[in-house]
Amino acid sequence: MGLNSILFYFFAALAVVSAILMVTRRNVVHGAVYLITTLLATAGVFLLLQAEFLFITQVILYVGGIMVLFVFVIMLVNLDVSLLQYQFNRQRFVAGVLALALAAQLFIVIKMGKTSLFPQARVPEVLPKNTEAVADALFGRFMLPFEIASILLLVAMIGAVVMAKRRV
Amino acid sequence: MSHLLSPSILRLVLPVLYAVVIVAVLPLLAGYIVLVERKVMADMQARLGPMRVGPHGLLQPIADAVKLLLKEDIIPDKADRLLFWLAPLVSVTMALLAYAALPIGPAFQIADLNIGLLFILAVSSLGIYGIVLGGWASNSHYSLLGALRSAAQLVSYETAAGLGLISALLLAGSLSMKDIVMAQYDQGIWFISYVPIGFFIYMVGSIAETNRAPFDLPEAESELVAGYMTEYSGFRWSLYFLAEYANMIIVAGIATTLFLGGWLRPFASSHTAMPGTSIELLDALPSLLVLAVALYCFYLAPKQPVKIQRLVMAMAGGLCLIIAGALAGALFAPAAVLQGIHGAFWFLAKVFAYIYFFLWFRFTFPRYRFDQLMRLGWRFLIPLALVNLIATATALLATREWGGSLFFYTLLADAVTLAVAMFLAKNDEVDSVVPVTDGE
Repeated sequence: MGLNSILFYFFAALAVVSAILMVTRRNVVHGAVYLITTLLATAGVFLLLQAEFLFITQVILYVGGIMVLFVFVIMLVNLDVSLLQYQFNRQRFVAGVLALALAAQLFIVIKMGKTSLFPQARVPEVLPKNTEAVADALFGRFMLPFEIASILLLVAMIGAVVMAKRRV
Repeated sequence: MSHLLSPSILRLVLPVLYAVVIVAVLPLLAGYIVLVERKVMADMQARLGPMRVGPHGLLQPIADAVKLLLKEDIIPDKADRLLFWLAPLVSVTMALLAYAALPIGPAFQIADLNIGLLFILAVSSLGIYGIVLGGWASNSHYSLLGALRSAAQLVSYETAAGLGLISALLLAGSLSMKDIVMAQYDQGIWFISYVPIGFFIYMVGSIAETNRAPFDLPEAESELVAGYMTEYSGFRWSLYFLAEYANMIIVAGIATTLFLGGWLRPFASSHTAMPGTSIELLDALPSLLVLAVALYCFYLAPKQPVKIQRLVMAMAGGLCLIIAGALAGALFAPAAVLQGIHGAFWFLAKVFAYIYFFLWFRFTFPRYRFDQLMRLGWRFLIPLALVNLIATATALLATREWGGSLFFYTLLADAVTLAVAMFLAKNDEVDSVVPVTDGE
């Protein structure tokens, strides 16, 4: 087991454990912190695959941007009250069935694709710089979908502004 | 011994050595920046500033540090203990981690990542969690308000500052900090001459991001006691403090690298050598500058009122003399050593000049109100940054398509951007007169 594998299992375990902790904490802020840890661990896996642009985007956008807003909103909520309120998460049976179904699907997909459940990592020694590669893909081959997605986001943003501003 | 110095070992040992040096030197540097800050403030307000501890207050940072370390460590009764403990650590770790990609001279860089700039931005933006979580965990209204203000301010100004940086990135064509500096060397000009407005936007944004006056609302002492660090004391408080000053150096380092030519000396592309030698004329500048400071110290020394002060002034002059000697000695060393030492000198000189601007702003402008801060960020800086970015890109394209000097086209772009800025400012004035009459 090389250094790469050790690091991979470390990040993977960190992601899974903090994801479990995230859904089991009763304190929402603690949950948010564990979600941040999960996202960072996933970013670590990206970096192991030498996708450094994906890694840094994950950190900047999800951890540095979206999660800051999450925490911001959570802190505006009165936690003492929300802890006492009835929560809609008492559906253990349904959740268990769904989780099992998902696990089965994943198992089948992996089994179909590869002969082993633990495929050997094949990371090439040096990949080309992938910032340029991402830019080429987004602004070259996938220009139209990219622009459609950004217009969708723009519409959502304007909608949010209109809804937040009571009197336009 | 020789096998210890083989290139492959050096490749591992040197970065670790650099990291240790940075972590060791930074607290001291932060302490002395505080002293400089207090001295500059005192000078601008026509008083003396710290004078008691050591001659001219030179030992004040050390006294402050000892005081902070000996203070009682208080954790509020109803605080969230885990997060209260974790938050300052997050702040200081992220601030220190950002130094991993900062090139202090061509030789003194821990790692040259090809996403270097993004790495620094990402890591230093994570420091906000220290502030937000610390403010929340303190279980105090002042802390929470400070944390909320900080988060809102950072999210708003990060966008503007990032867009300001991109205008320089367009010219550099790389995200690696080293390549950005080398691009300025190759083009023979600092990028501030091409995108002065981008530099201005980044400067304002970086002041807001580091929570410095006039944008220091998260810790506005007249409103919020001390903002997010109200409940912190002693060592934990000093960690926040260290993170804040480390972040100041980081943003100054980013601005230096992108806009001010990084470690390059002024006129880096002109290689006029001294007659009869291979030493370049401009390379003599650092040692002459430091020599002038040394002579000034010696000139002032006899005029000091107390004997110990005369002695210390002479010692400061001697120290400057030694540094000048070292800088001059580097002229006769191999080119790599010369570049390394003089590069570090120029980089630090530019960083401190930038930080001096920070201090200057702090003592010149009154603090913004929060709605003014938000309006400035969203309605002035971000539109301006977008226009500046598009104008700069157009200038680049025009140079590529029609030929001609890039400088001319960027001048046109700047003129357009300035016109838009005036339009925005005028509109904003009209808007701000309208009273807010919503029954909140």
